Amino acid sequence: MSAALALGDDALVLSHRLGEWAGHAPVLEEEVALANIALDLLGQARMLLSSVGDEDQLAYLREERAFRNVQLVEQPNGDFAHTIARQLYFSVYQHLLYEELAAGESEFTDLAAKAVKEVTYHRDHAEQWVLRLGDGTSESHERMQLALDALWRFTGELFEPVAGVDVDPHALRDRWLAAVTSVVHRATLSLPSGPQSGAWAAGAGRQGLHTEPFGRMLAEMQHLHRSHPGASW
Amino acid sequence: MSSSTDWPLWEVFVRSRRGLSHTHAGSLHAPDAEMALRNARDLYTRRSEGVSLWVVPSTEITASSPDEKDSFFEPAGDKPYRHPTFYEIPEGVKHL
Repeated sequence: MSAALALGDDALVLSHRLGEWAGHAPVLEEEVALANIALDLLGQARMLLSSVGDEDQLAYLREERAFRNVQLVEQPNGDFAHTIARQLYFSVYQHLLYEELAAGESEFTDLAAKAVKEVTYHRDHAEQWVLRLGDGTSESHERMQLALDALWRFTGELFEPVAGVDVDPHALRDRWLAAVTSVVHRATLSLPSGPQSGAWAAGAGRQGLHTEPFGRMLAEMQHLHRSHPGASW
Repeated sequence: MSSSTDWPLWEVFVRSRRGLSHTHAGSLHAPDAEMALRNARDLYTRRSEGVSLWVVPSTEITASSPDEKDSFFEPAGDKPYRHPTFYEIPEGVKHL
């Protein structure tokens, strides 16, 4: 499996999920923030996928089983707290990963050096919201906790080794856990206590096994290109 | 999308580059000052429009009243000697 495909699919799929908020976000300002993050991720996805092959072919014409993203990023937006929990888990991971890749020497050095500035903001955005929702009203606190708990079992997959990504996954996980724990506690929330992967499937996204909502997402993402092959503006 | 929100309104000022003053760019809603700065970043500077941002609660702005327009601004109108228009602008001076 190509490492660029794994990282590129993470960015592409999360970008599409965030894009689904367009027209639906709680307030206009937040809609713009989420769209900005989505566009940053789309830019990363384009660079990564283009390094593997034709970006349109890869994004629009692959079947579900050929996608190599982690299952976390394909999880539905849910309520705003679920989206923010997904953002927290993923952006802290991506920030730590890209910092390390930017400092190293690999095919990802240049991309990571550029992307790390974007991801720093994504992480800050997620952390700010977790703090406010957790330490907000009793309803926002409850919903934020539910969301953290619901997505927890998809976080273990982030630390599965990926061939070609020269990063120690155990050290990455330790730093991720410390960072997430700090935010969660400052937000007066509890760190979920369950396993970080389900016995059934979570952890297999990198092998092409995905959760049920992903198929519906792909259908929407790909249908225009498949209905009008080769169409352009 | 819900059009109503309990979030307060903030006025946004952007400094487009070093050496220039902050200029009013617009306004936005945000729950607090820190989030207002972030929203301002997304709304007003994402195309490299600025190097510095201020956000100010709109309620903290004291505005001159349209009713007092005459007493405030008219007296300046007939005093052209207050305008620095009688000087030759030296060559090479920009931004004047």
